[in-house]
Amino acid sequence: MGLEISFWIMAVVMITAAFAVIFLRNVFHAALALILCFITVAGIYITLSADFLAAVQILIYVGAISVLIILGIMMTREVQKGNPVNKLRLPAAIIAAVLLGILVYVVTAAPWNVSPRLPLTPTTMPLATKLFSENGFILPVEIGAVLLLAAILGAIVVTRENKK
Amino acid sequence: MSIGLTHYLVLSAVLFCIGLYGALTRRNAVIILMCIELMLNAVNISLIAFSSYIVPLLLTGQVFAIFVMVVAAAEIAVGLAIVLAIYRHFKDIDTDNINLLKW
Repeated sequence: MGLEISFWIMAVVMITAAFAVIFLRNVFHAALALILCFITVAGIYITLSADFLAAVQILIYVGAISVLIILGIMMTREVQKGNPVNKLRLPAAIIAAVLLGILVYVVTAAPWNVSPRLPLTPTTMPLATKLFSENGFILPVEIGAVLLLAAILGAIVVTRENKK
Repeated sequence: MSIGLTHYLVLSAVLFCIGLYGALTRRNAVIILMCIELMLNAVNISLIAFSSYIVPLLLTGQVFAIFVMVVAAAEIAVGLAIVLAIYRHFKDIDTDNINLLKW
Protein backbone atom coordinates (compact mmCIF):
# COMPACT_ATOMS: atom_id res chain seq x y z
CA MET A 1 0.00 0.00 0.00
CA GLY A 2 2.77 2.42 0.95
CA LEU A 3 4.64 1.40 -2.18
CA GLU A 4 1.68 2.27 -4.40
CA ILE A 5 1.12 5.65 -2.77
CA SER A 6 4.82 6.54 -3.09
CA PHE A 7 4.88 5.34 -6.71
CA TRP A 8 1.93 7.52 -7.69
CA ILE A 9 3.31 10.56 -5.87
CA MET A 10 6.70 10.13 -7.58
CA ALA A 11 5.10 9.52 -10.98
CA VAL A 12 2.85 12.59 -10.84
CA VAL A 13 5.63 14.85 -9.56
CA MET A 14 8.06 13.47 -12.16
CA ILE A 15 5.76 14.01 -15.13
CA THR A 16 4.79 17.49 -13.90
CA ALA A 17 8.46 18.41 -13.46
CA ALA A 18 9.30 17.03 -16.92
CA PHE A 19 6.56 19.18 -18.47
CA ALA A 20 7.85 22.14 -16.49
CA VAL A 21 11.35 21.57 -17.97
CA ILE A 22 10.09 22.02 -21.51
CA PHE A 23 7.31 24.57 -20.96
CA LEU A 24 8.73 27.04 -18.41
CA ARG A 25 9.81 30.33 -19.98
CA ASN A 26 12.70 30.95 -17.60
CA VAL A 27 15.67 28.67 -18.33
CA PHE A 28 16.87 28.72 -14.72
CA HIS A 29 13.44 27.65 -13.46
CA ALA A 30 13.52 24.84 -16.05
CA ALA A 31 16.85 23.67 -14.60
CA LEU A 32 15.34 23.65 -11.10
CA ALA A 33 12.40 21.57 -12.40
CA LEU A 34 14.94 19.19 -13.96
CA ILE A 35 16.58 18.76 -10.54
CA LEU A 36 13.16 17.94 -9.02
CA CYS A 37 12.63 15.39 -11.80
CA PHE A 38 16.02 13.75 -11.03
CA ILE A 39 15.10 13.51 -7.32
CA THR A 40 11.80 11.80 -8.09
CA VAL A 41 13.62 9.38 -10.41
CA ALA A 42 15.78 8.46 -7.41
CA GLY A 43 12.58 7.84 -5.46
CA ILE A 44 11.34 5.56 -8.24
CA TYR A 45 14.62 3.60 -7.97
CA ILE A 46 13.97 3.17 -4.24
CA THR A 47 10.49 1.76 -4.93
CA LEU A 48 12.23 -0.69 -7.30
CA SER A 49 14.57 -1.67 -4.39
CA ALA A 50 17.64 -0.34 -6.21
CA ASP A 51 19.13 1.44 -3.21
CA PHE A 52 22.68 1.87 -4.49
CA LEU A 53 21.47 3.33 -7.78
CA ALA A 54 19.20 5.78 -5.93
CA ALA A 55 22.22 7.07 -4.02
CA VAL A 56 24.26 7.25 -7.24
CA GLN A 57 21.40 9.09 -8.95
CA ILE A 58 21.35 11.71 -6.18
CA LEU A 59 25.15 12.06 -6.26
CA ILE A 60 25.68 12.21 -10.03
CA TYR A 61 22.51 13.79 -11.40
CA VAL A 62 21.33 16.02 -8.53
CA GLY A 63 24.84 16.78 -7.35
CA ALA A 64 27.00 17.04 -10.46
CA ILE A 65 25.04 17.21 -13.70
CA SER A 66 22.55 19.82 -12.47
CA VAL A 67 25.42 21.98 -11.23
CA LEU A 68 27.06 21.68 -14.67
CA ILE A 69 23.79 22.66 -16.40
CA ILE A 70 23.29 25.67 -14.11
CA LEU A 71 26.92 26.63 -14.78
CA GLY A 72 26.21 26.48 -18.52
CA ILE A 73 23.11 28.65 -18.09
CA MET A 74 25.04 31.21 -16.02
CA MET A 75 27.95 31.34 -18.48
CA THR A 76 25.63 32.04 -21.41
CA ARG A 77 23.40 34.46 -19.48
CA GLU A 78 23.84 37.39 -21.87
CA VAL A 79 22.23 35.55 -24.79
CA GLN A 80 19.54 33.65 -22.85
CA LYS A 81 16.22 34.59 -24.43
CA GLY A 82 14.01 32.25 -22.46
CA ASN A 83 12.80 28.98 -23.91
CA PRO A 84 11.69 29.60 -27.53
CA VAL A 85 10.30 26.92 -29.85
CA ASN A 86 11.22 26.29 -33.48
CA LYS A 87 9.04 25.55 -36.49
CA LEU A 88 8.83 21.81 -35.76
CA ARG A 89 6.28 22.07 -32.97
CA LEU A 90 3.39 20.24 -34.65
CA PRO A 91 5.42 17.43 -36.37
CA ALA A 92 7.38 16.84 -33.16
CA ALA A 93 4.17 16.61 -31.14
CA ILE A 94 2.77 14.11 -33.64
CA ILE A 95 5.98 12.03 -33.60
CA ALA A 96 6.14 12.02 -29.80
CA ALA A 97 2.45 11.08 -29.49
CA VAL A 98 2.75 8.28 -32.06
CA LEU A 99 5.88 6.93 -30.36
CA LEU A 100 4.14 7.08 -26.98
CA GLY A 101 1.14 5.21 -28.38
CA ILE A 102 3.34 2.49 -29.89
CA LEU A 103 5.39 2.12 -26.71
CA VAL A 104 2.33 1.93 -24.43
CA TYR A 105 0.67 -0.59 -26.75
CA VAL A 106 3.77 -2.81 -26.91
CA VAL A 107 4.41 -2.60 -23.17
CA THR A 108 0.84 -3.50 -22.22
CA ALA A 109 0.43 -6.20 -24.87
CA ALA A 110 3.73 -8.04 -24.40
CA PRO A 111 3.60 -11.17 -22.21
CA TRP A 112 6.32 -10.27 -19.72
CA ASN A 113 7.86 -13.24 -17.97
CA VAL A 114 7.71 -11.68 -14.49
CA SER A 115 9.68 -13.59 -11.90
CA PRO A 116 7.86 -14.42 -8.62
CA ARG A 117 11.04 -13.89 -6.56
CA LEU A 118 11.49 -10.71 -4.54
CA PRO A 119 14.36 -8.50 -5.74
CA LEU A 120 17.71 -8.62 -4.00
CA THR A 121 18.35 -6.09 -1.21
CA PRO A 122 20.73 -4.48 -0.32
CA THR A 123 22.28 -4.31 -3.77
CA THR A 124 25.67 -2.75 -3.06
CA MET A 125 27.62 -5.95 -2.44
CA PRO A 126 26.09 -7.97 -5.30
CA LEU A 127 26.61 -5.04 -7.67
CA ALA A 128 30.28 -4.82 -6.68
CA THR A 129 30.81 -8.54 -7.27
CA LYS A 130 28.92 -8.24 -10.55
CA LEU A 131 31.04 -5.29 -11.72
CA PHE A 132 34.51 -6.25 -10.54
CA SER A 133 34.62 -10.05 -10.54
CA GLU A 134 36.61 -12.11 -13.04
CA ASN A 135 33.64 -13.19 -15.18
CA GLY A 136 31.69 -9.99 -14.57
CA PHE A 137 31.79 -6.58 -16.20
CA ILE A 138 35.40 -5.65 -15.43
CA LEU A 139 36.29 -4.83 -19.06
CA PRO A 140 33.35 -2.39 -19.55
CA VAL A 141 34.30 -0.74 -16.25
CA GLU A 142 37.81 -0.13 -17.56
CA ILE A 143 36.43 1.17 -20.85
CA GLY A 144 34.14 3.48 -18.89
CA ALA A 145 37.17 4.88 -17.08
CA VAL A 146 38.89 5.55 -20.40
CA LEU A 147 35.69 7.18 -21.72
CA LEU A 148 35.51 9.51 -18.71
CA LEU A 149 39.17 10.45 -19.16
CA ALA A 150 38.57 11.19 -22.86
CA ALA A 151 35.50 13.28 -21.94
CA ILE A 152 37.50 15.32 -19.40
CA LEU A 153 40.29 15.97 -21.91
CA GLY A 154 37.78 16.78 -24.66
CA ALA A 155 35.88 19.23 -22.48
CA ILE A 156 39.12 20.99 -21.48
CA VAL A 157 40.37 21.20 -25.07
CA VAL A 158 37.04 22.40 -26.48
CA THR A 159 36.46 25.13 -23.90
CA ARG A 160 40.03 26.41 -23.72
CA GLU A 161 40.59 29.96 -24.97
CA ASN A 162 42.55 29.96 -28.20
CA LYS A 163 45.25 32.57 -27.65
CA LYS A 164 46.97 33.30 -30.93
CA MET B 1 -4.50 -2.48 -8.54
CA SER B 2 -0.98 -3.15 -7.39
CA ILE B 3 2.05 -1.61 -9.02
CA GLY B 4 3.63 -3.90 -11.61
CA LEU B 5 6.23 -3.86 -14.34
CA THR B 6 3.80 -2.24 -16.81
CA HIS B 7 3.36 0.83 -14.61
CA TYR B 8 7.09 1.51 -14.57
CA LEU B 9 7.46 0.92 -18.30
CA VAL B 10 4.56 3.25 -19.15
CA LEU B 11 6.01 5.90 -16.82
CA SER B 12 9.37 5.54 -18.54
CA ALA B 13 7.73 5.81 -21.99
CA VAL B 14 5.89 9.00 -20.99
CA LEU B 15 9.08 10.56 -19.65
CA PHE B 16 10.99 9.55 -22.81
CA CYS B 17 8.37 11.09 -25.09
CA ILE B 18 8.32 14.35 -23.12
CA GLY B 19 12.09 14.51 -23.46
CA LEU B 20 11.91 13.69 -27.17
CA TYR B 21 9.33 16.43 -27.80
CA GLY B 22 11.46 18.94 -25.92
CA ALA B 23 14.69 17.96 -27.69
CA LEU B 24 12.99 18.29 -31.10
CA THR B 25 11.21 21.60 -30.55
CA ARG B 26 13.34 23.79 -28.28
CA ARG B 27 15.82 26.29 -29.70
CA ASN B 28 17.93 26.90 -26.61
CA ALA B 29 20.93 24.52 -26.74
CA VAL B 30 21.06 24.10 -22.93
CA ILE B 31 17.36 23.13 -22.84
CA ILE B 32 18.06 20.52 -25.54
CA LEU B 33 20.81 19.01 -23.37
CA MET B 34 18.42 18.95 -20.42
CA CYS B 35 15.81 17.10 -22.51
CA ILE B 36 18.44 14.54 -23.54
CA GLU B 37 19.12 13.96 -19.83
CA LEU B 38 15.38 13.38 -19.33
CA MET B 39 15.43 10.73 -22.06
CA LEU B 40 18.47 8.98 -20.53
CA ASN B 41 16.70 8.92 -17.15
CA ALA B 42 13.63 7.36 -18.75
CA VAL B 43 15.78 4.59 -20.22
CA ASN B 44 17.39 4.02 -16.81
CA ILE B 45 13.97 3.63 -15.17
CA SER B 46 12.95 0.94 -17.65
CA LEU B 47 16.30 -0.87 -17.30
CA ILE B 48 15.99 -1.00 -13.52
CA ALA B 49 12.32 -2.04 -13.72
CA PHE B 50 13.28 -4.94 -16.01
CA SER B 51 16.12 -5.84 -13.66
CA SER B 52 13.96 -6.03 -10.54
CA TYR B 53 10.91 -7.70 -12.13
CA ILE B 54 12.30 -10.12 -14.75
CA VAL B 55 15.69 -11.15 -13.28
CA PRO B 56 15.50 -10.04 -9.62
CA LEU B 57 18.58 -12.01 -8.54
CA LEU B 58 20.96 -11.11 -11.37
CA LEU B 59 21.06 -7.25 -11.25
CA THR B 60 22.15 -7.04 -14.89
CA GLY B 61 19.84 -4.11 -15.61
CA GLN B 62 21.29 -2.15 -12.72
CA VAL B 63 24.82 -2.70 -14.06
CA PHE B 64 23.66 -1.37 -17.43
CA ALA B 65 22.05 1.63 -15.70
CA ILE B 66 25.43 2.41 -14.11
CA PHE B 67 27.06 2.41 -17.55
CA VAL B 68 24.28 4.66 -18.89
CA MET B 69 25.04 7.07 -16.05
CA VAL B 70 28.76 7.04 -16.91
CA VAL B 71 28.01 7.84 -20.54
CA ALA B 72 25.48 10.52 -19.50
CA ALA B 73 28.09 12.24 -17.33
CA ALA B 74 30.62 12.21 -20.19
CA GLU B 75 27.95 13.43 -22.62
CA ILE B 76 26.84 16.37 -20.49
CA ALA B 77 30.46 17.46 -19.88
CA VAL B 78 31.38 17.42 -23.58
CA GLY B 79 27.97 18.83 -24.60
CA LEU B 80 28.23 21.84 -22.32
CA ALA B 81 31.83 22.37 -23.43
CA ILE B 82 30.58 22.48 -27.05
CA VAL B 83 27.77 24.89 -26.06
CA LEU B 84 30.29 27.19 -24.36
CA ALA B 85 32.61 27.04 -27.38
CA ILE B 86 29.68 27.89 -29.69
CA TYR B 87 28.70 30.75 -27.38
CA ARG B 88 32.25 32.09 -27.46
CA HIS B 89 32.40 31.91 -31.25
CA PHE B 90 28.91 33.07 -32.28
CA LYS B 91 27.80 34.99 -29.14
CA ASP B 92 24.56 32.97 -29.49
CA ILE B 93 23.25 29.56 -28.41
CA ASP B 94 20.03 29.60 -30.44
CA THR B 95 20.18 26.45 -32.58
CA ASP B 96 18.15 28.08 -35.37
CA ASN B 97 20.90 30.65 -35.90
CA ILE B 98 23.80 28.17 -35.81
CA ASN B 99 23.37 26.81 -39.33
CA LEU B 100 26.96 26.79 -40.59
CA LEU B 101 26.72 23.16 -41.74
CA LYS B 102 23.22 23.54 -43.17
CA TRP B 103 23.04 23.36 -46.93
